[in-house]
Amino acid sequence: MSDLLTTDVLTALIAGGILAGVPLLFASLGEMVAERAGVLNIGLEGYMLIGAYFGFLVAYHGGNTFLGFLGGAAAGAAVSLIMVALCVQMGLDQIVVGIAITLVAEGATALIFDANFAESRPTLGATGRIDIPGLSQLPVVGGADTSDGSIFSQPPIVYIGLIIVALTAWTLRRTHWGLNIRAAGDKPSALDAAGVSVVATRAWATIFCGAMAGLGGAYLSITAAGLFEDFITQGRGFIAIVLAMLARGKALWVLIGSFVFGISLSISDVLQIAGVDISTDLVFMLPFVTVIVVLILFGRRSYLPAALALPYVRGAR
Amino acid sequence: MSSETTAPSVTPGAGETAPVPALGRFAETAIRSLVPVLLALVAGGLVLLALGTNPITFYANVWSGGVDFTAWEDTIMRMAPLTLIACGLIFVFKAGIWNLGIDGQFLLAGAVIAGLAPELYGNMPDALMFFILFVVAGVVASVWTIIPAMLRAYYGVNEIITSLMTSFIGINLANILIKGPFQDAASNVPQTKAIPFTNLLPTIPGTRIHVGVIVAALAAVATWYAMSRTSFGLRLAILGANARAATHVGIPVARLIIVSFMVSGLFIGLAAASEIMGIWGYVRADWNPAFGLLVVPLVFLARFNAIAVIPFVAALALLTIGGDFATQEAGISNEFTLLLVGLVLLFMGVTELLGRNRNLGASYLQGIRRKVRVREETS
Amino acid sequence: MNEPIHNTTSRDHGPETIPVVELRGITKAFPGVLANDHIDLALRGGEVHCLLGENGAGKSTLMSILSGMVQPDEGDIRVHGEPTRLASPKRAIEMGIGMVYQHTTLVPTLTVLDNLMMGALGTFRLDEAGSRARLAEVAGMLGVDVDPDAETATLALGQQQQIEIIKALWRGSKVLILDEPTSMLTPRGVEELARALERLKGHGMAVVLITHKLHEATSMGDRVTVLKQGRVVGRLEPDELRGRSHDELQPVIVAMMFGEQEEAEPELVELQEHVVPVRGARELPREALLELVDVHVAPRGGELGVRGVDLSVRPGEILGIAGVDGNGQRELAEAIAGQRHVSSGEIRFQSLHIDRLSVWQRERMGLRYVSDDRMGEGTVAALPVGLNLVLKRIGQAPFWRRGSIRHAEIERNAREKIEEFAIRTPGPGTRIGTLSGGNIQKVVLARELAHEPKLVVYNKPTYGLDIVTTRTVRERIEALAAEGVSALVISTDLDELVALCDRIAVISRGRIAGIVENGAGAAQRVGELMVGGQAEVA
Repeated sequence: MSDLLTTDVLTALIAGGILAGVPLLFASLGEMVAERAGVLNIGLEGYMLIGAYFGFLVAYHGGNTFLGFLGGAAAGAAVSLIMVALCVQMGLDQIVVGIAITLVAEGATALIFDANFAESRPTLGATGRIDIPGLSQLPVVGGADTSDGSIFSQPPIVYIGLIIVALTAWTLRRTHWGLNIRAAGDKPSALDAAGVSVVATRAWATIFCGAMAGLGGAYLSITAAGLFEDFITQGRGFIAIVLAMLARGKALWVLIGSFVFGISLSISDVLQIAGVDISTDLVFMLPFVTVIVVLILFGRRSYLPAALALPYVRGAR
Repeated sequence: MSSETTAPSVTPGAGETAPVPALGRFAETAIRSLVPVLLALVAGGLVLLALGTNPITFYANVWSGGVDFTAWEDTIMRMAPLTLIACGLIFVFKAGIWNLGIDGQFLLAGAVIAGLAPELYGNMPDALMFFILFVVAGVVASVWTIIPAMLRAYYGVNEIITSLMTSFIGINLANILIKGPFQDAASNVPQTKAIPFTNLLPTIPGTRIHVGVIVAALAAVATWYAMSRTSFGLRLAILGANARAATHVGIPVARLIIVSFMVSGLFIGLAAASEIMGIWGYVRADWNPAFGLLVVPLVFLARFNAIAVIPFVAALALLTIGGDFATQEAGISNEFTLLLVGLVLLFMGVTELLGRNRNLGASYLQGIRRKVRVREETS
Repeated sequence: MNEPIHNTTSRDHGPETIPVVELRGITKAFPGVLANDHIDLALRGGEVHCLLGENGAGKSTLMSILSGMVQPDEGDIRVHGEPTRLASPKRAIEMGIGMVYQHTTLVPTLTVLDNLMMGALGTFRLDEAGSRARLAEVAGMLGVDVDPDAETATLALGQQQQIEIIKALWRGSKVLILDEPTSMLTPRGVEELARALERLKGHGMAVVLITHKLHEATSMGDRVTVLKQGRVVGRLEPDELRGRSHDELQPVIVAMMFGEQEEAEPELVELQEHVVPVRGARELPREALLELVDVHVAPRGGELGVRGVDLSVRPGEILGIAGVDGNGQRELAEAIAGQRHVSSGEIRFQSLHIDRLSVWQRERMGLRYVSDDRMGEGTVAALPVGLNLVLKRIGQAPFWRRGSIRHAEIERNAREKIEEFAIRTPGPGTRIGTLSGGNIQKVVLARELAHEPKLVVYNKPTYGLDIVTTRTVRERIEALAAEGVSALVISTDLDELVALCDRIAVISRGRIAGIVENGAGAAQRVGELMVGGQAEVA
């Protein structure tokens, strides 16, 4: 038991939690905002995949990871426009379209990647980290000297992510956009009567969700893996949806949840460091088992807006 | 205003008085089902062109790869699991429930019977063995739906997510079983012990086609009957169309959700048994045909009708069998099938929109009205 | 409500003033209905203008046009004399038209302040301090007291309506339109509303009050326009209204509303207006058919639940449940029907404990429930009329035999019911969602009253129905009672209860505030009980 609590193990746990948690953080933050506006993005997995592929592509050809992240976010946002057009604008079933987006994204990325990189299968170099002066020297949470870093030694995109979380929380609580988004999910007719377009509000929330999920996907391929492969997201989009559901609309809970799930996704590495050898299948299962256990324990308390996944038709109650 | 989303005729022949000539109505329905498929083929063709492949050649290769020589037998055999899965999905989709955990249910049931088969083989008549294996597969897959079913029925937790989560767990659990207790000691590849190829499911005389196809055909007829003639089918339809009305008329909603989930799992388990006992005789680790999401659009296109789904299943079977050959010839990833099916779903949505304006026959998406939350808004 | 009411009669605006808003020749057709047919309307400052008409007269459409939700097919809208197109709700708000809808437009999960800040223009950040000041200002203008940080869902309906009014005035509206504002209020709430409107008149506002209740029009209106079938069928100018009592005005308005029908169907008028207890004391068996003893129902999401109700209904009795919407009526009805668990207490039917029985078992015992939500709950829109008629008998003979549906039986049953209940439908195979509300209600009644009912719970049985259907529904309730079938009639329409019931119980905050024998003065006492109940909360 004492082996499990060494400094190295704790540092690895934190580093792994962040590494695997950041893509979840971006995706579930976006999905949380979209859900508050009344749009359920079952296609989140698809946005992430597209973001992962195009983020990788731009980073590879542009030679710049930052450009890659922008590319991933733009690609994710572009795919979410399908959702905007068919569901938000025209009121089609959000789930059917969401599944379609995931399928198309899975097929399309596999197909294009195969066509472009089947022979070369290139990889990207490691992403540079920023050490927060002073803090990065602390034991366990510092991480300046370890290979994977820790809380105070991370690639810039992680810090940007934290800033986005804070900005999102502030926007939801303190601005008109945030108020509109909250109303669009709970009572769209009220928003409409107040003279604000429900469709536009939901559309922007969905595009934000697409961009965030794309960014999360790009992080997976650029920072976490350094390469792209078929189905690289491995169901993380769906986990992100669960996180968004359990966060009850709060950005802080998205942050905490992502970190916890990040740890459960990365625990195999940690266990290796601790000298515990278990089957990879068991390890892959763990995050999903966690989701189910959490849902069994807290599912009753998950909160979803009243008008979630329902198209808004003026005049209909 | 959910009354605006029209439903397919839930009761064929229940005194429809609409003065539409039978042929006209049928033609409209058929057009509406075929348009998305054609649009997807065209869009897929454009993708192929972009990848430098001639779409005409490609589709011709799909056809020849799925029909020529003895390939047609493979295509027909592929129809067996696809039809059984489609039947399973009809029972849930009609009730407005999304069971998307198909792959996990399928693989877990498959792994369990693949591990069980060598134990039974030789100790009893083959017929009894197959019977037991089909039953066990059905039960295993059915049990694997219980968690999402209960979470949905009692807590109102979105079953799309939970069924996907249990699906991922099922897939990994199947691998653990195959690499662990069911591992064939004589093999250094992670796989179960095979039962001899000659002792798989019997074939229809004169062909290589195993009798799983007949099981599937019977299942389709049974599903059609249950949905259109029995009170069970009507209860599912009411639950799907209006959950509050279901409570009002005295349908035990929570119980019905669980039952429909389990029936759906049962058929998916039968699909696994048919595929493994008819074709393989064993299961290798990491084997996943991933039929699940491919079947989803077919059920909508056929408007939850188990007989009408068969031609769509045939087309998908042809595409998956012939597609392997065609993608190989063209030198592209065989995930093209996935793209094509996704496009069918997407164009189904678009056709639905056009149809709403032009009233082209009935809608496919009935029943799938979201009731994510059991909270009722009092008006 | 402490300040004295402004005297507004001195602020009489002559006909030469330009109306704040003027509608000319407004016409709007929906498939199959001409909702508004060349309507002219002028709204003037300092006046309450009543739009009077029964359901379906076109009042709501006219409202929607004024609020920018619906565009007219023909006609002009002038604001301060300038031709204007109210292309969206936003535009209408900009033009100074504020709306209070019949159904709440407040987001229940948001605070009062959040609700009021919604849609405000200009800044990106929410201006909380400024909004609090504005709230104090508008609340002062109305003479009401509001907690800005209360979550909207926790407020009583009357308070929610005050927020709605404040919201409508938020951006400096000069016109305030209220759609059936009294339907959710207790008699005292109505008085408070009337006082608030007086104050607004004093501030020069043009108020439009939409109602189907004649006495509201005569008591609150300075000007009355009567609508019927989409047309203006009569107007009363301020000088015609002033100084004339309700009793003098009533026949005039009734003549406008019903025209020549008045002679043909005099009882319609009575239905509309007169509150006459038609039922005298009857001899009823003494033993109770249905008995509720200290019944509690746990509340669900924003509801009140039921908190200890004792009631008994005797065979053949019609017991009314009066009360403002949302005081536990639906919970009570659903508990009796078996759609909800009773958390404590007992329900006895024919002396048997039925609290644990399913909906289906209670239905078989002759206990029936006519839901208030006939489209959302009572029927399945996508299914044909024939199946909707047997929804509570699924799987049972003669409609199912050996597990298989018998379409011939279902169709025969449907034809019988269509005939008996005069349901207007193209046929038994027509999807019920395509029928009118009245015909859907007839289907629901036909289903619930089939197979020997013993006690029927009617939840708002005539809500939203036209006068003719309303009358047939009431007649059927009475006819069944005469045969010994008991009824529990839940209604927010006191006139209806007085016309139908033997006794009237008043429900308030999930409790029975009192039970009144119907007869002379019953309406008065029921009204007092409703007020008493509300006072307990406020």
